[in-house]
Amino acid sequence: MTSHLPALVVTVPLLTAFAAFAAGWLRPKLCFPVGLTGLGITAISSIWLLAEVLEAGTVTYELGRWPAPWGIVYVVDRLNGVVLAAISLCAFIQWISSRASVKSQFSDRIGAFYGLELLFVTGVMGITVTGDAFNLYVLLEIASITAYALIAMGGGRAPLSSLNYVFMGTIGACFYLLGVGYLYIMTGSLNMADLASILRGMRSSQAILVAFVIIIVGVWLKMGFFPLHGWLPNAYTHAPWPATTLIAPLMTKVMAYVMMRLVLFLFGPEYSFGVLGLKDVVVWWASLAVVAGSVIALSQKDLKRMITCIILIEIAYMVGGTFLGNRSGTTGAIFHLVNDVFMTLCVFLAVSSLAFRQRELDMDTMEGLFSEMPFTMGALVTGALSIVGVPPTCGFFSKWLLLKGALEAGHYEFMVALILSSLVCLVLFFRVFEAAYFDHGERSHGHHRMREAPLGMVVPLLVVAIGIVALGLMSGEVISSIIEPALPRGVL
Amino acid sequence: MEVGTEVNSILPLLAVMVSAAVVPILASSRSANVREAWTFVAAFGKVGIVLAMLPHVLRGDKLSFEIAPVFPGVSLAFRVDAMGELFALVSSFLWIVTSAYSIGYMRGLKEHGQTRYYSYFALAMSSTMGVAFSANLLTLYVFYELLSFATYPLVTHHQDEEGRSAGRRYLTYIVGGSIGLVLPAMLVCYGSSQTLDFTPGGILANSGLSRFELGLLLFMFVFGFAKAAIMPFHSWLPAAMVAPTPVSALLHAVAVVKVGVFSILRVLGWVFGVALLGNVELGWLVGFVASGTIIGASLVALTQDGLKRMLAYSTIGQLSYIILAGTLNSGFAWKGALLHIAMHALGKITLFFCAGAIYVATKKERISEMGGIGRRMPLTMSVFLVGALCVIGLPPTGGFISKWFLCLGSLEIGQIWPVVVLLTSSVLSAAYLIPVVYKGFFGTGPDIQGEGMKEAPVWCLVPMTVSAAGCIASFFFPGLFLGLAEIIVRG
Repeated sequence: MTSHLPALVVTVPLLTAFAAFAAGWLRPKLCFPVGLTGLGITAISSIWLLAEVLEAGTVTYELGRWPAPWGIVYVVDRLNGVVLAAISLCAFIQWISSRASVKSQFSDRIGAFYGLELLFVTGVMGITVTGDAFNLYVLLEIASITAYALIAMGGGRAPLSSLNYVFMGTIGACFYLLGVGYLYIMTGSLNMADLASILRGMRSSQAILVAFVIIIVGVWLKMGFFPLHGWLPNAYTHAPWPATTLIAPLMTKVMAYVMMRLVLFLFGPEYSFGVLGLKDVVVWWASLAVVAGSVIALSQKDLKRMITCIILIEIAYMVGGTFLGNRSGTTGAIFHLVNDVFMTLCVFLAVSSLAFRQRELDMDTMEGLFSEMPFTMGALVTGALSIVGVPPTCGFFSKWLLLKGALEAGHYEFMVALILSSLVCLVLFFRVFEAAYFDHGERSHGHHRMREAPLGMVVPLLVVAIGIVALGLMSGEVISSIIEPALPRGVL
Repeated sequence: MEVGTEVNSILPLLAVMVSAAVVPILASSRSANVREAWTFVAAFGKVGIVLAMLPHVLRGDKLSFEIAPVFPGVSLAFRVDAMGELFALVSSFLWIVTSAYSIGYMRGLKEHGQTRYYSYFALAMSSTMGVAFSANLLTLYVFYELLSFATYPLVTHHQDEEGRSAGRRYLTYIVGGSIGLVLPAMLVCYGSSQTLDFTPGGILANSGLSRFELGLLLFMFVFGFAKAAIMPFHSWLPAAMVAPTPVSALLHAVAVVKVGVFSILRVLGWVFGVALLGNVELGWLVGFVASGTIIGASLVALTQDGLKRMLAYSTIGQLSYIILAGTLNSGFAWKGALLHIAMHALGKITLFFCAGAIYVATKKERISEMGGIGRRMPLTMSVFLVGALCVIGLPPTGGFISKWFLCLGSLEIGQIWPVVVLLTSSVLSAAYLIPVVYKGFFGTGPDIQGEGMKEAPVWCLVPMTVSAAGCIASFFFPGLFLGLAEIIVRG
């Protein structure tokens, strides 16, 4: 049983997706528990898998017993083990929390919505677990197409934003596929481990260089890395809330993982940081992206759009951290990826609870929210402080490592960008907190009654908020036993 | 400095957590009396735990407790030494007094949101203890930040436009300073010496950083810990006076601002090391800025009409005494600095209590309206006089002793200018404090005449009498504070 875990984390959500579709026709009420069970099993399997990897080292699973490099293999090491655990937990928590809003928005299409959500989870889990470059493309398309559909299910401008995302996303996926094609022509292999060992002898090839560049650009497009982010704010803002809270924490982060996998393992640090000579340019660019993301986020008026734009900043952290090319920077980038899954989840869930109680999220209509929804606001504050990077939340510790990496690499511009963006995030969130805390006009204390979101939303949210602090306090353990050993040898 | 042994003990953690632990009870209690009772339980519990640590500390032992390792070589950890114990003792004792005062003040004014007020107050005290007991710079930073955010709802308590702008300024200076300056400085420290543990003699002593780099770091710390309100990073403090008076009294005369000063002292003594500061001739630079702040703030205080604002400027000046002394490589000066943490706390909290009592009884905030108020509130004004003497540094109050040591310290190393600065500042403090008392007793005010005696509620009067008694008692019995300061300075 345990030897099949790598396959289970993909097949369970896949089968559950079909079950949820079916339940949608037969008994819509069953959709929720079916998905809950499926995602629960997925989350438990992922954590189990991570434990196994920590104990016994990398786990390789040959699909259909076809040996590598001919068959598709699923490979789980520390890096994707921790990402798998994070995203499956995130999906599970989101599933519980979004029940009420799915019910109210998609009562007629509940099977379709839940089915798509589960397929999306299948896609992102698959992207993370696979050890095959072409299989990654297939799963990437599964995740993307379901994401397009989920976003388009919102009303108003959602279909248009989704269409924009379709265009941009398809270009990104094509770039990736094209690059993989180059690699296949040059090496005759699609298996990542196999590719890595063959590429080691082809460092000077121009074709490989082109492959590297177009693959990375394709992945950046999918990540929403500035200036390839154009699709992201609209798509996530106009999507229905239950779709946003699932896609926003997962999609860009999983693509960031893909970037790390390719840069650190497939091409290898010697090639990506040494031979290419592009790493300094990328770090400079990431610093610019952090600043640009901060400016974009500052100029937003709508709360949902604002927190969406913060993703742009976080993504740029991860790109910059990875390309710093030293131990602290890379560790920081990986840790930040894990943290950001939960930070983003926390903030999006909190704002979605606010939106659930209060249709309009204008700064003017937020007065008194601290008294009306204290738990939701408390969680939002926790998430916000983590994004700003205030200890003991986990966001501080990954930011510390990123800063340390930048200092060691002599990339002071990245340090400045990180600190500046922290302060910008502080301003962003305190604008919201001020609007919620202070009275407008006449003194009117005490007329705000408590009207918290339903328990099904508040409890998962509080779990995430507490988790953010717990993860921060455990950061020493997480870094030394999971993330640092996950780094490839070439990272000094 | 290090005599005695390390003892593993959970006491520091308990002392920090006892007030945070009651927050859920405070926040959910329906009856105001129950809520205040729990505040007292926590406050007395805190003092009890801090006192339980005292014998160990006086023996020269250090109580340590590790919460969690976070980076290689750095953990979140507590380590109680005499300086931490001294600060913890002063602030936890004054929390009891302030809690009692809060009852009189908040109920007297029928303030809203008292549950929130008591909850965040308790959180702020937890963070203060955390700073006092921190074993390394990172732990200190963690609690420093927590304190910033825990105090925000207290500063902005009235939730009005004025509170909003004060809150903004508060966060801009304090969090801006800590993230923008302290965080990178801390990283450089860690990068160059691979540790952040406070070490007697300093962790940067053998770091190989150049004089310029050290100077830059030093200023990043000194200005970054903006809670110490060194000019030109001071203007959040007068703005924060919009808070209810007990907040100004305990947080903005004792806990928060002293946390800033405490952090700077830690940096001067345990990160840089006084010897290193002297060798590279950087100490006097900070001392110069501190002296400028002392004189500047005292001059501004002279021009203030708002009583609380005047006291705030006075605090800015007095805080810099401690920093000035910390830069001098002299045992006496350091003793004076540590004593001044306690003495100024007692004196200034007394003055704030009086300002609050006047406000509760008469709704007056401006000095110009307070002519003759001493005849109406004789006890308050007498207590004010005691507090004023303590802040000016005259016997028979504790303020005299700390100032005495400060002056001895600068003479010990043959420097005259710190003495000149200190004495000038004393004269200036007398110039802005004594007239309040004089006009209070002998002046005339428009609508104060003709009314009988009307003091503030007894819940206000008792605490301020207690703190005034503390000012006097610390003059006659400074032994405990001196003993603690002695342990720090020794070695």
